[in-house]
Amino acid sequence: MIIQGKTNKWEIVCGLEIHCQIISKSKIFSTASTKFGADANQNVSFVDAGMPGMLPTLNQYCVYQAVKTGLGLCAKINKYSEFSRKNYFYADMPTGYQITQFQYPIVGEGVVTIDLEDGTTKEIRIERMHIEQDAAKSIHDIDPHKSFIDLNRAGVGLMEIVTKPDFRSPEEAGAFLRKLRSILRYLETCDGNMDEGSLRCDINVSVRPYGTKELRTRCEMKNVNSVKFVMQAIENEAKRHVEVYESGGTVEQETRQFDAVSGQTKAMRKKEFAHDYRYFPEPDLPPLIISDEYIKQIADELPELPDAKKNRFVNELGLTKYDAAVICENKEVAYFFEKAATGHDAKKVANWLMGDFFAMLKRKNLTIEQSPITAENLGRLVDLIEQNIISGKIAKDVFEIMSETGENPEKIVEEKGLKQVTDSSTIEAIVDQVIAANMDKVEAYKNGKTGLFGWFVGQVLKESKGKANPQIVNKFIQEKLG
Amino acid sequence: MTIDKQTVNRIAFLSHLKIDENKIEEAQDEFNKILNWVEKLSEVNTDNVEPLSSVNENSLVCREDIVIEKNQADKILANAPVKEYGYFVVPKVVE
Repeated sequence: MIIQGKTNKWEIVCGLEIHCQIISKSKIFSTASTKFGADANQNVSFVDAGMPGMLPTLNQYCVYQAVKTGLGLCAKINKYSEFSRKNYFYADMPTGYQITQFQYPIVGEGVVTIDLEDGTTKEIRIERMHIEQDAAKSIHDIDPHKSFIDLNRAGVGLMEIVTKPDFRSPEEAGAFLRKLRSILRYLETCDGNMDEGSLRCDINVSVRPYGTKELRTRCEMKNVNSVKFVMQAIENEAKRHVEVYESGGTVEQETRQFDAVSGQTKAMRKKEFAHDYRYFPEPDLPPLIISDEYIKQIADELPELPDAKKNRFVNELGLTKYDAAVICENKEVAYFFEKAATGHDAKKVANWLMGDFFAMLKRKNLTIEQSPITAENLGRLVDLIEQNIISGKIAKDVFEIMSETGENPEKIVEEKGLKQVTDSSTIEAIVDQVIAANMDKVEAYKNGKTGLFGWFVGQVLKESKGKANPQIVNKFIQEKLG
Repeated sequence: MTIDKQTVNRIAFLSHLKIDENKIEEAQDEFNKILNWVEKLSEVNTDNVEPLSSVNENSLVCREDIVIEKNQADKILANAPVKEYGYFVVPKVVE
């Protein structure tokens, strides 16, 4: 995206830092639960509360999840990594420091391929990913003079993924977040729920004159909590930079707040000693060393990821790229589709899935796991149409019944007598009957109102309760009307 | 390396410690003594020596992913100076 200013063309330079809560039962350094939505301060151990003498112990499953995620990002896994203390004083961090990784993160450079609206793809480079503990949650809107602190979130494992400044438009950043969320959900390492805060995005934005390679001063916006807001924040912040530069000003490096209501960003009070975290190696935890065998074992267990699945659906099942991308974005949808398509016409199954099926879920406000129509039954319905047992129109009615009762479509067709009529003499009789009853229309047709052809077809289909094979109906009407 | 008064004040600020004006010089002196003592290490030639951040390399023991502590609020809040509705209450800290 090029921003056209008053005097110049400008290009956006943007990088993202994404905090992803690790799916694990217990916290990264303590044995308290990670469960979201518990009463305040129930899921807190003395380690999380920063009580004197408490020591962190590393949760091996969090390490496993981090390595798995690193592999999913096609990234280098560092067999040697270290924990560091990031010192800051704030009510959401009882210890006065966050245990994180600084110089030696567990995951190094990787790459994520994003799909853009024009059908092209782009590679976004990952700079690194490290593991750390989450902070507590502060609530500021209960009382005008007090803040309320809930330590339940303190100590939940986080993966912080840092990209290179590779985004040139809000659209690319949005596509990246959706792809990343999809990968994490396939891997089952983070649930990706931005509204619950298990995936949070910090944005760094700067602009430069189009065509140059310089990197100008950037501004950061923290904790933007939806894909839409991330895209809005990037666009509006970039436009602000352009205005500042074109009016002869300079952009100051600062953290800005994104306001979801106005869509604009505003400066936060500058911290007096910003970014003086005084990192040092965490004395309570020795370095983390993992083996090649360990990494290989996790690599062997990796599920098929969305891009691989998408390519397979295109190449082996004949889906369009667009359909495959939509189906593969969500793991549950992809699994449902595969089950439904196995042994049936995959393209037709995809059409039903993305059309009537999604519309039905939306109307009933259901997730795909709650669907009354099973994958197998959707496949069977497609077969009934393919084998000319029912028409496409009747299939819609059968689909409706399936969505109410969850029954097998074959049984519905059998019981309700919905089988398509392909018997020529039966259809011919109906056609004759319709023509005999509408001689005036026949006359009009013969006098040039050819648009009435469709009306005759409709009448015959109606008379047959939709069961007459439309091709045969067409043929007879053509014959008889001459 | 020597620590000046300004650095003492800055470290105190970052640590949220209040150091009386008349104690600053003393603290400055203490800091410098420690630094001078550690400075001794620079006499050792460390060319071609990998940085060592722990003497316990290879000894990180991980634990299983199990939950032990539950319903902790009463215990965790036992010594809180101010608590309400199961939360710690602190002076407003929003920026």
